[in-house]
Parts: sequence; structure tokens; C-alpha cells
Amino acid sequence: MKQLGIVGQSVRRTDGIGHVTGTTRYVDDVFYPNMLWLKMVRSPVARGIIHSVDTSQAEAFPGVAAVITARDVPNNWYTILGLIGIGPNDEPVLADSEVMYEGEPICAIVAESEEIACEAASLVRVEIEEQEPVLDLEYALSPQAPAIKKWGNNTYMYDGMDHRQVRFGNIEAAFAQADHIIEGSYQMSPIEHVPMETHVCVVNPEGDGRLTVHTNTQALYFSLDNTAIILKMPTHRLHFIGGTVGGGFGGKVDVITEPITCIAAMKTGRAVKWRWTREEEFRRSSTRAGAKIEFRDAVMNDGRIIGRKVRSLQDAGAYHRHSPYGLQKHMANVAGPYNIPNVWIDAYCVYTNRQPASAMRGFGVTEASFAVEVQMEKIARTIGIDSWEIRMVNAYRNGQMRAIRKVVEDATLVETIKAAADLVGYELPAHLRAMHSNDYTREDNDQSHGEGAPRHDR
Amino acid sequence: MNTLTDTLTVTFKLNSKPVALAVPPLTTLRSALREHLHLHATKAGCGQGGCGSCTVLVNGEPTLSCLLPVALVEGQEVTTLEGISSYGSLHPLQEAFYEHFAAQCGYCTSGMILTAKALLERNPHPSREEIAEALSGNMCRCTGYLPIVEAIEDAARKMEEGQ
Repeated sequence: MKQLGIVGQSVRRTDGIGHVTGTTRYVDDVFYPNMLWLKMVRSPVARGIIHSVDTSQAEAFPGVAAVITARDVPNNWYTILGLIGIGPNDEPVLADSEVMYEGEPICAIVAESEEIACEAASLVRVEIEEQEPVLDLEYALSPQAPAIKKWGNNTYMYDGMDHRQVRFGNIEAAFAQADHIIEGSYQMSPIEHVPMETHVCVVNPEGDGRLTVHTNTQALYFSLDNTAIILKMPTHRLHFIGGTVGGGFGGKVDVITEPITCIAAMKTGRAVKWRWTREEEFRRSSTRAGAKIEFRDAVMNDGRIIGRKVRSLQDAGAYHRHSPYGLQKHMANVAGPYNIPNVWIDAYCVYTNRQPASAMRGFGVTEASFAVEVQMEKIARTIGIDSWEIRMVNAYRNGQMRAIRKVVEDATLVETIKAAADLVGYELPAHLRAMHSNDYTREDNDQSHGEGAPRHDR
Repeated sequence: MNTLTDTLTVTFKLNSKPVALAVPPLTTLRSALREHLHLHATKAGCGQGGCGSCTVLVNGEPTLSCLLPVALVEGQEVTTLEGISSYGSLHPLQEAFYEHFAAQCGYCTSGMILTAKALLERNPHPSREEIAEALSGNMCRCTGYLPIVEAIEDAARKMEEGQ
């Protein structure tokens, strides 16, 4: 066998020496002479109408260089996924008429020091008429809840529908044929990423009219495009510099610091740094979405799952950010990595007056995996079959049709489970040991599933 | 005194060299290091004494520089990560963190290495439990603590062999 140069070798990190000597440059390590600092004035309530924003005392405070409100933002919409068709725009860069979550940005203070900016921020008077917030997923979907979205309800609209659907096979026939019907309901709280480095952005206005933007975004070109759209500025005037991120986990893809910091630098003609506090990172940055996932499964005595009906709610919080996309991924994966011939999924991207959710490590899919695997365990225990067998009997095989109309290719679940059994020293019985990802034929499937066999109609 | 605009002068020893600087009176040691002296190895993680990213050594003891007004280190000896090695030669702890993949994003690394240095100076042969106890104020979110503990064990062995 050919000797491989890198595979199988331990390779040191290219940035390792910088990390252990403290010479790696993070965005917070960027300083310009005569640099200003930015602080955000945020909504004190979860939902309300803004009647007035009085910045006169803050503007008069010694050391304040600029105050930025919604009027200063050329195109006052976060257009994060607008580039892939998610819309209509629902989140202002700075709130002007209403606030939809506690901590929503309203106005920015730019001052000679971070401390002066904090002091001046406390002098901004915002008059808000508080409204009843929607804070619960089920309540948000109920007829009693106020509609917090302009289009008249509290869900993302997918092609004119208030949820995403998957319909595959005949779910009612599966329930009629099943030996067992096993239900489960699973909930996850929102999760904060907690990177050790908070959000930071530093912008320097250059003599040639360009802006140099240092940002710890995880998605540099994404930030560049969206900032250009918000500033109504051609991209050649924006020089974005990324680099080392002090932990992200999906929490730094929201284009949430760059546009405002750019506006502050343009308005003052000086370099500006905006560094979030730990409290802002916890309470104001986006989270993994909270979720509620319900299953109703049709199961045979031998462990085969012949039908799965899912109702899933994902809490996007106040605005889209990445959630409508996350729900798409969720919907594609919430039946699990299993061959189930009859599937019915209703998945809702729900809006509430909570801090917006967004990307985080496999978002949409992780929530599905959690719920699916706890449900698999529940099925195993209910019908008295072991944890290995329930998964191996149902695992995808190559050539099978998934509920989302994709044929399985390159399946490795059976092999992975066998490898896991070896690693923990568990002796799989011979009939499971004999299984592999290519042991499926169309004839097997049709015979074994009888009346519950999939009808590949829509 | 106006805490936002007035200044006071502080003198102390930083990485074996004397420094003097004029700063607003409530300036923390962390801000003094990062924003006035531009030594950036010391990181700002929480500003509340909760994460350990800003750990420096004051007279050899691990200290949270985000909570300590710089005025209180008047006449004291402060060591940051910049002070434990010279260009081209790594401290054994730095070498071990590099070898053991104990620095992923790197943001907690400065605090981890300085905390470990103080530990090994008072206890050259710490058990795993003693290492974990010493690191209990230093948070990591990427690397995971196991490679960090293994790096410190390895450094302890090498420092003993080197003596």
C-alpha cells in the first residue's frame, strides 16, 4: 500500500505557535490611534411601540462623538438570508417604530472611551408603549396570541403555507397495520454558544474613501455582501479583514456588528471599536432555537417502524435570521436516518418575542437527532427489543427512498454501529453482525412492508 | 476626581522591566496592559472575573486582571504571557500546549498557561486532580480540558528532566 504523507500523521496547527505565545492577533487586539468606542442602547421590553427616542442629553455629554439612530442607516434591514430568498425583510438594523425582543438595538453611542460611551448611553431616553409579548411556542400558534408579524400570524410562510410539509406513503394505513403506536414529545431550550471571545468589530475610514473592517465573523464574504447592501455601498469600498475567531460555533454569522460600526466610522471620520460585553453575548446575541418535537410512530413487533408522524415547532425568536433555513434542514432530517415507508411531517418556524435564534452547530439537525434517538430508545423499551437492534433493523440501506424523495447513497450507519459495538466491547448477535448497508433489494422492501409500502406519489 | 477624565500615575515591574503610565483612576490592570501598553496576550473574556482569560501573575500568583484596578499593583511585579519566553525559545508549558493540541481557538490559552506556571512553581508534581483544581477558574469552550491537562502533565515531566 502506498505510504501516505499526511493521512494518519499528527500535524501541528499552523496557528499553534501564535496561540501559545499570545501573538495571534484577534479583532479585539486591533487598535488604531485616536480610536473611538461604541455602545448600544437596547430595548428594555420584549415588545412595544417606540414613541420617541431623545438623544439630546447623550449628545451633549463630554466626550461623545456621535449618536446613531435608524435615520442614519441607508437601508435599515438586516438582509441576512435575503441573498438566498428568505423574506420578506423583518428585522431593522436599528429599531425605529417598534421593538420585538428585550435587548433589540435602538441607538448607538460613539465616544472617546468605552466608559464614556456607557455613561452617555444611560442618558438616552426611549419612550416605549409596552405590548403583550408572545413568549411560548404553543401560545404563538394559538388563536388567542397577537400576531407579531406584519403578514398576520406568527410563523414563517413557506410558499404561502404556515409550515413545511413532508407527505410520503400512507400514514393512516401504517397506523391501521401497526402492532404498536408509540408517541413521544421532546423539548429543547434555546442554547447560547458562549465563545470565549465576544463579538468585536473595528472599522477605520481610510484616506481613499474605503473602510477597513476588522471583524470576527465566521463568514467574511457573507458579512461583506450584507454590509454593502445595508450601507448601499459598492463592495470595492469595503475592505473586510477576518482571521482568527476566538470561538464561534455558529454564533458569529449574523452580520450584527459590522454595519453599525461602519456607519459610526463614516459619521465621525475616525476609527471605531465595538466590543460586546459578556452580558450582551449571553442575552443579546442569537442562540440555538428552542424546539418542541412530537412523534407518533407505527411500529411492528419485530422493531420495524412503518410509519412516523411528526409535528415540530422551532422557536426563531423575534426575527428570521437563519431559522427559516434551519427549519428546512430540520424537516429533511426529523424522520431520522431510518427507512420509514410512511412519513407525515408538519414543521413550523415560529416567531416569539424572544432573542432571535440563528445558526449553531448543525442547527435544525441536532434538535432532530436528539428527539429521534430518545424516541428510538423509547420504542425499544416499549416493545422489548434492544437498543442496537432497533437501530440496525431500521437503519437506511443504499437504494432506499427517503421521505424527502432522495435515494440513499453511501450509507454507513450499519457499519458505524458495528464499529461502535466493537469499540465498547459489545458482541452483536450473528443476525445483526451479518447486516450491511447494501443488503436491501426492492423486492425485500415491498414484501416486508406489505400494505404499508410506500406509494411514491405526492 | 472625575473617574472618566482625570488620570493618576502608576509604576510597577512588568515582565522584569519597570513601567510607568498615567491612566484614569478606575482603569483595570487588563485595560492598562491591553489598551495602554498594547500587550495583547492577556485576553478580555468576560470582564466579570468569571472566565480566567485575563489571568496574569502578580508576584507569581494567578490574578484576574479584569477586576484589579491597576493602581493596586503599584510597586508590584506583574508577569504576562509575553514575559515567559523569548523569541525563538518556548517555555516548556508553551511547547507542551503546542504539541498536545491544547490551544484550539487560543482565547483561553494565555490564562491557562500562566495559571499552570504558578501551579508548577508551588507543586512541581501535581496529580490530575490538582491540575483540574488549579484550572477551575479558567474556562475553555473549544479545545476541551483533557488536552490541556495532558499538556501540563507533560510539561511537568519535561521541566523535571530538564533540571
